[in-house]
Formats: sequence, C-alpha cells, structure tokens
Amino acid sequence: MSIAVFAFYVFAFAAVASALMVVASKNPVHSVLFLISAFISAAGLFVLMGAEYLAMVLVVVYVGAVAVLFLFVVMMLDVDFVEMKQGFLQYLPIGGALAAIVVVELIMVVAVWAFPSDSELALAHPSPTAAQTVSNPNGPTNIEEIGLVLYTDYIHYFQIAGIILLVAMIGAIVLTFRTRDGIKKQDPAAQVARKRDEGVELVDIPTGQGLS
Amino acid sequence: MSEFWTFLSTRPTDAGWVWWLIPTVIQALAVLLTLLLAQAFLMYFDRKVWAAVQMRKGPNVVGPFGLLQSFADLFKFVFKEIIIPAGVNKVVFILAPMLTFVLALVGWAVIPVGPGLMVSDINVGILYLFAISSLGVYGVIMGGWASNSKYAFLGSLRSAAQMVSYEVSIGFVIITVLLLVGSVNLSEIVMSQSRGAGFLNWHFIPLFPMFVVFFISALAETNRPPFDLPEAESELVAGYQVEYSSTLFLMFMIGELANILLMCAMLTILFFGGWHSPIPWAPLESVPIFWFCAKIVFFFFMFAMVKAIVPRYRYDQLMRIGWKIFLPLTLSWVVLVAGVLIMFPDLAAHFQSWRN
Repeated sequence: MSIAVFAFYVFAFAAVASALMVVASKNPVHSVLFLISAFISAAGLFVLMGAEYLAMVLVVVYVGAVAVLFLFVVMMLDVDFVEMKQGFLQYLPIGGALAAIVVVELIMVVAVWAFPSDSELALAHPSPTAAQTVSNPNGPTNIEEIGLVLYTDYIHYFQIAGIILLVAMIGAIVLTFRTRDGIKKQDPAAQVARKRDEGVELVDIPTGQGLS
Repeated sequence: MSEFWTFLSTRPTDAGWVWWLIPTVIQALAVLLTLLLAQAFLMYFDRKVWAAVQMRKGPNVVGPFGLLQSFADLFKFVFKEIIIPAGVNKVVFILAPMLTFVLALVGWAVIPVGPGLMVSDINVGILYLFAISSLGVYGVIMGGWASNSKYAFLGSLRSAAQMVSYEVSIGFVIITVLLLVGSVNLSEIVMSQSRGAGFLNWHFIPLFPMFVVFFISALAETNRPPFDLPEAESELVAGYQVEYSSTLFLMFMIGELANILLMCAMLTILFFGGWHSPIPWAPLESVPIFWFCAKIVFFFFMFAMVKAIVPRYRYDQLMRIGWKIFLPLTLSWVVLVAGVLIMFPDLAAHFQSWRN
C-alpha cells in the first residue's frame, strides 16, 4: 500500500466518522469541533487529489473563519439537553424521508454521470496560450489554472457571487446598526491633532497669592 | 550540511513508503529540535531585553549569566502537578494546549531556512502558513470554554475576536506581496527579492506601509503586548490560561512563543529577503542559514522592545485599528499595487526579472 492510498483511507475515514459525530454527539460544542475535523479531513482529501489551493482555501475560509463564528455562537447558547431530547423521535419520519429523497437524488445524478472525453474537454477549455500563463517549466500551477477559468469563462458568475455576498453583508449591517444619541464618542483624529498649546497654560504665580 | 539535506530531499518516490517516511522524519526532527532549543534561549533573550529597558538585571542566577533559566522553568513546569478543576470539559481542556502547541510547530514544515532547506517545498506555501496561523485561534477558544471559568471564557472571546479581525489585514498584506512576486511558493517569494541590488530589492521598501501593518498585525495575532488583551492580567487574571497548570500551561507558553517566531519568519520571508544577505557578495551569500536566523532574531528583538515600551491598548481601540484603519488601508493598497503593476508593465517586468 503506497503512502497516498494509506493517507486517503485515513482522511476518508476521519471525514466520514467526524461527519457522523457532528450529528450524533450530544454537546453542540463537540458537534462544531467534529465539523472542523471533517473540514480538515476534506482538505486532506483535496491535497491528495492535487487540488492544494482548494484545500488551503477550505481551511482558511471554513475552518479559520466560518467555524470560528459557529463555535462562538454555539458556546454562547445555553442548551438544556434533557429538554432537547424530549420528542426527539417524533421527527424521525420527516428526517428519514428527507434523507431518502437526498439518497435517491444522488443515485440519479451518479447514474447519468458521464465523463467527457478528452477531445470534448479540450474543446470546452482550450489550453492557455503562452501569453496567458506566467512562464513556468512545470506547467501552470493550481492557482493559475483556477484563475484562467474563473476570470474568463465564469467571470459573470464570479461577480454575481461577489455582489450577493456584498448585499448580504450590507443587509446584516443595516439590520443591526442603530444610532444612539447622547453618548460620548472618541475622536482619535481630534486627539492626535491636539497640540501642546491648547492643553497646557503656563501661569506665573506670585508667591503667597495662589490662583484666583 | 546542505548536501546532506538535499540528499534527504531527493528520496525515491517509488521505493515504498518506508524510504519516503524515514528522511521526512529526520528532517522534521532536525527542524523541531533546533526550534525548541532556540526557543529556550530566545525566551531568555526576551526577558533580558525587557529587563534592560527597565534597568533591571533580568534572569542571572541559573547557569552562567542566567543562560539556563529557561531550562529551570521547563523543569519547574513539568514536575508540577496537573490540576484539572472541577466541572471542566476534560477532553477539550487537555486538547486545547496540545492543539496550540502542535499548530505552532507544523507551520515550520514549509519555512525555507536556506535555498532548498525546508521539510516540504509545497506550491501553496504562504497559503499553508496563513491557514495554520488562522487555526491558532482554536486553542485559545477551546481552552477558554473548557475551563468552565468566566475569566477564561471572557479572555478567549476577546482573543478570538482579535485574532479573526487581524487575520483579515494580514491576508491582504500577503496578497500585495504575492502581486509583486507572482507566486505563492515561499522559496520563490524569497528568490524574487534577489535581483542583484541586495537589500534594495527587498519588499519592505516598495511596500513599506504594508510592512508596518503586517508587523502590528503580527503583534495582535500572537497576543503580544501591546495587544495582549486575552491575558490582560490586571482585568482577567490571565485570560484563557487561568485554569491551566504545569505541562498544559507550558504547552500554551511554548506554542505562543513558536507562533511569534513563525510570524518573525513570515516577516523575514515576505519583506526582508529570507536567506539573502543585505549585500549581494558571494562570501556573504554563502551563509544563508545565518542570515535567516539573524533576521528572525532581529524581529524577535523588535517584538521584545515593543513589549517593553508600549502600554496596553484598550479593547475598542484595538478593534478600531483593525477594522477601520488597517482593513481599508490594506484593501486600497491591494488595488493600488495591482493597478500600478498593470499601468506600468516595465515596473512589473522589473519585479518579475528574477525569473530569468
């Protein structure tokens, strides 16, 4: 068994097992931690497929940012486990039906899946010209390949996705933003611009009289 | 030494996994042992610098000039009893310091100490470093949550928000450097800073504001003073570490120090020409490891001086700097650098001239 195959089984098993534990574990914080472990295992699988850039982006975005916020929220929750478990089984039919539908759909997708032949692939994605790629003896790297597709064929989808994210961000800010009157606010620019003359006054005090 | 390293790196890929594993383990052990040993003395150096600024003597009892102080501390920590408070989430409580420790060390796998001298020369080196440093926040959050203590939890919440905020600007700073280099491979980032003019080719000159932003963000990312709010002993006792004792606490400490060194190494690689000497003269260039280590020690000295000189920031000011100043500044620099490189192809060719 080569080390790549061994690594594949380790990552695949870890991914499936931690995905199971996400749903199975009783403590929600443990669930999130298992979710993180699933993400990292998936990143490992990406590396084994040669998609190292996707793997790193998965870790940076999902583990480094999204899951941190998940963990944040979940830790703040005050969950009563006894209450949560009551009536747990009454949702079993609905959940089971949903799972069955997803499985059937996945089977249908896989059943009609046909890999395009090499000639079809070459037609759909003509290999980049020398001017497009930075001269590199080992051929274009992962990132260059993704950039060449993302910023040419899929530029509109890419920009639409960006706009949607921007709208979501602005929406979140608008919903939670509130102006409060009558609170003291710091103005760092004014503080920095303040000179010695404005704050300090040199007074000549005659002996025995003091300041009036 | 570098011949031996190259010999190790040119292992046969098809000769079975044992012949693949053994050289890697030797290389990893070499890096880790050097790193941990260097940390003991850097800790001592840190305390000596701090003491000198405050006109104290610093550690001077254990060994000649107190050189063995770190080892005395090590044994003190290791031989203490591990106290696990009541009501903690045991698994997460023990996992947190281990995670911090391991994450701080695995980043060193890709650091090129000299030409070809790294454990793994991966194509996405800088992204790997960024990913690893963004994972560092988990040790802090998990430790704070599992401790079942209000102080620890508050400290970890602060720290998590702080680290997530400053990661954003660090990411943009890295992008500005990548725009000049045209590669995310760490060796190529270093090589791109050697175009025949010595230190004038280092990226801290064209990207000086970004260098400053990166340095400050590195302080915040590693919870160093003046941004050591997670620990803030005057308000939170010791933040997320308050319930930890003995070896577990030691792992947090070593992890933090290794993270600081990793940030120093990133500063060296991104902005200070990595293993290149300031003057492109062959005898000077023949000691790449020396230059790399000297630059790391220089940045570590800067970290220590900042710790000694600057008072701690207030939390809202820290957040203000991160989101309202660094984020717009770095974002506009990304646009500016990209725009300038497109507008002046000759300049872009100048930065790319290391390739031929």
